[in-house]
Amino acid sequence: MYDVVIIGAGAVGCAAAMALGRYDLNVCVLEKNSDVCEGTTKANSAIVHAGFDAKPGSLKAKFNVLGSNMMKELSEKLDFAYKQNGAMVLCFDENDKPGLEELKEKADKNGVKGVSIISGDEARKLEPALSDSVCAALLAETSAIVCPFEMTLAFAENAFANGVEFKLSTQVLSIDKLDEGFEIRTNNTNVKTRCIINAAGLYADKIHSMVSSKPMKITPRRGEYMLMDKSAGTLVSRTIFQLPTKMGKGILVTPTVHGNLLAGPTAENIDDKENVATTKSGLDDVKSKGLLSVKNIPFNKVITSFTGLRAVGDTGDFIIGHSDVRGFIDAAGIESPGLTSAPAIGQYLAELVGEILPLQKKTSYIDTRKGIAHFNSLSAEEQNELIKQQPAYGKIVCRCETVTEGEILDAINRPLGATTLDGVKRRTRAGMGRCQAGFCSPTTMALLAQKLGIAIEEVRKTGRYAENGGQDNE
Amino acid sequence: MIKELTCICCPMGCSLKTEVNETGEVVSVTGNTCVRGENYAKTELTASVRIVTTTVLAESGKPVPVKTEEAVAKDKISDVVKSIKSVKIKLPVKMGDVIIKNVSDTGVNVISTRSVD
Amino acid sequence: MNDHSLIIIGGGPAGMAAALAAKKAGIEDLLILERDSHLGGILNQCIHNGFGLHTFKEELTGPEYAERYANMVKQEQIPYELDTMVLSVEKLKDSNKKAVTVISSKRGVQTLYAEAVILAMGCRERPRGALNIPGYRPQGVYTAGTAQKLINLEGAKIGKEVVILGSGDIGLIMARRMTLEGAHVAAVAELMPYSSGLKRNIVQCLDDYNIPLLLSHTVVDIKGKEKLEGVYIAKVDEKKQPIEETKEYYPCDTLLLSCGLIPENELSLDGGVEIDPRTNGAYVDESLETSVEGVFSCGNVLHVHDLVDFVSEESARAGESAARYILSGKRSQGKTIEVKTGYGVRYTVPCRINVENAGELTHIRFRVSGVYKNVSIVIKSGDKELLRKKSMILVPSEMVDLLLKKSMLKESGEEMTVFIEEA
Repeated sequence: MYDVVIIGAGAVGCAAAMALGRYDLNVCVLEKNSDVCEGTTKANSAIVHAGFDAKPGSLKAKFNVLGSNMMKELSEKLDFAYKQNGAMVLCFDENDKPGLEELKEKADKNGVKGVSIISGDEARKLEPALSDSVCAALLAETSAIVCPFEMTLAFAENAFANGVEFKLSTQVLSIDKLDEGFEIRTNNTNVKTRCIINAAGLYADKIHSMVSSKPMKITPRRGEYMLMDKSAGTLVSRTIFQLPTKMGKGILVTPTVHGNLLAGPTAENIDDKENVATTKSGLDDVKSKGLLSVKNIPFNKVITSFTGLRAVGDTGDFIIGHSDVRGFIDAAGIESPGLTSAPAIGQYLAELVGEILPLQKKTSYIDTRKGIAHFNSLSAEEQNELIKQQPAYGKIVCRCETVTEGEILDAINRPLGATTLDGVKRRTRAGMGRCQAGFCSPTTMALLAQKLGIAIEEVRKTGRYAENGGQDNE
Repeated sequence: MIKELTCICCPMGCSLKTEVNETGEVVSVTGNTCVRGENYAKTELTASVRIVTTTVLAESGKPVPVKTEEAVAKDKISDVVKSIKSVKIKLPVKMGDVIIKNVSDTGVNVISTRSVD
Repeated sequence: MNDHSLIIIGGGPAGMAAALAAKKAGIEDLLILERDSHLGGILNQCIHNGFGLHTFKEELTGPEYAERYANMVKQEQIPYELDTMVLSVEKLKDSNKKAVTVISSKRGVQTLYAEAVILAMGCRERPRGALNIPGYRPQGVYTAGTAQKLINLEGAKIGKEVVILGSGDIGLIMARRMTLEGAHVAAVAELMPYSSGLKRNIVQCLDDYNIPLLLSHTVVDIKGKEKLEGVYIAKVDEKKQPIEETKEYYPCDTLLLSCGLIPENELSLDGGVEIDPRTNGAYVDESLETSVEGVFSCGNVLHVHDLVDFVSEESARAGESAARYILSGKRSQGKTIEVKTGYGVRYTVPCRINVENAGELTHIRFRVSGVYKNVSIVIKSGDKELLRKKSMILVPSEMVDLLLKKSMLKESGEEMTVFIEEA
């Protein structure tokens, strides 16, 4: 019997796994996809929000600010990409200026430092590409950008190193309450556990209802994005928001931590939890709204567009806490600022487990994690050292992002390693550049086929498992 | 019998209308803008042939590119491909090595188009 | 030993032809750097025939064309290094030398030096993202060249029911290739009202196998969450906007994209080479020298060709020019003519002619911007007509090659314009 089973290996599930890895517990993560980070975590704005937006007193505000404060140190210990680039919220109409004041007040109440209101000209001085119609802006110095894949992988790998088990390609079918704990039926083996953490993202409501009689509804909110070539990555240096509306934070334009330019997301509530299609109208919307903030966004340099789904709860806030059934803990409705909040939520979930089970710290706990060497960012000396040790580092597979065979082999061979093209891409960036895997995918596929012992055409692109069998509901 | 085809001698791509008699002879060609069109129609209709290119698998599973040494009749293409797909070859091969003699009774050999170790 | 007279980046048809010509012109100390594990570049995956009619006076397949050149390179004992990727090219500030930083398992990361560099890196395919096709991003969507590599070089068995977007030559070739591999190709959709591939390929790759070519059509939606299930194809209006009512569903497990090639000039850009936005290749003069002294460009990295024979010919000129530059130690001065484009002409290579350097015949290559029938190609300098050539048809898919006599250059002013004149 496990002490804790975490359902869902997204940012929140993996953060909880990492937090629980600190203690002498039997912990297991169940994930229906064949890789971690395949759901809402993989497609979002990749922003570490400063915390000026969330309603004071809410869980969103609490965990956002906590998470934001943890992120830099975590990124150093766990070796994932993070950059504090600051953010601006733009105001285009004098009449809307009170909106900025409100944000500033919220920031003060939430305890966010480094927030100020500046004029349109001051904003343009800092970010010359901003549109002429910007009349004022909120400047938030602590806002940052992060690589959501690397972050989640780092949490997962650290948890793994501390003894947490991961059962991938394992879908929860039903949960029975036992006298002591639960029995979880899956498409693979059934597992018993004392505690369950429900971090199932878009499907948290479904998992919740397997145990609890209290209703919960998670609505997918579709957000479409366009990612541009690195040659456009310096158009702005900060994350550029527009004054929030009821439907979310509006379209943002931001550099990514790897130097691309990202614009999006749209915000549209839909029914289908698997509908990650982009639409012409959505992408047109990204373009037109993006151009309100930043002049001359080079949309002809788009290298890919994608859709992410936010898991929106029915309370207006994160739903985190003990459910009505003892031992079943929800971490649901983790929409924005969920990525930022994840590490803090993970710690809090561990505390909640501590209210049910005794927590004893491990004597031999590993608090670091070494990521895959990013060859491209090393010095020539370091590069040569690596090649000397392992000649595969001397062979470039992905020419757009300068990713070596050594990195790809590491991604495939390390614990919780990649088994799909997307898995390699998220771990190494191979295929994430301007040719979008045109050149490197045959080589990457051959390396995967060799490791997995399958034919090259059997290598999968994605580890995603669509719950409604890939059927469309339209 | 009237047969229509597109001339491929130049980018014009003239639509050629041809008349073929019972013995298969081309009686007339119209729609062409130059003499090349007429010649093309005659060859294409009386002896429509193509060089076939594909790959043959080596025992290791590696594909080796091959071609028919000469053009074969168009209606033989699928037989030729089937014959090529039914064999596995030993490496190494040199460019020009005969892979299959007289493939599908066409009188034409299939040869390797690349040296593979 | 890291100092060379000439470094050639790329061991495909362009790089090999350039190297052979440079060697012939007297350059002994040269080196070809190739990122792949064999010479020949993309030709190795182009197993179809139709290469070499100009160069060898016979029709060869891609691998044969490549191997013939590779054999010549070996025969001439021209050194080449495989699995070697160039990370940067830079002209040194205090001399005319170029620093070429490379990586390979053998060398590690190392900087080599050369008096001249020839850029011959080829081109890449335009990916789906750049096409902005909405829909899902399932398994089964490939650029045509990637599918070609998977099938012809890796032996992968991909696709049973196939749709192809774009009628570029690789797309047409792959329509036939996949049919021969047992797949059914439902249609080739082309956004433009004309094909961007060669007529011969349309007849021999599509018509031979009854594959429909849908002109003025495009893919408007992609279905399938994990694996591709089908695409919607719609007709487009004159402004290339899809007409909703014409939307039709094509079930398929494979979508190939053949929507254009882009010269791969990231290295050149980083090295300060000025790029012509019309070709995405370098601005060059008649010697194929770029804006950076002693750096030459040829083949598909300069502008996308439709015939490899033209690549070889052009690249040999780059090799000769580089040799002349190395042996004379300087860039030639003297009268230059700017080549401008007029009506119907999308770009020209070269954009500048140095009269002193020009041989008896100077090539001007260009593509037209639409389909033109019964027109004249005219070159004028001021009021003076230097050349007039009648043509029954000009199409964007076929590069035009004009030859200018040296006497014409002498008559020209500082500018000449190439344009199409309709009758």
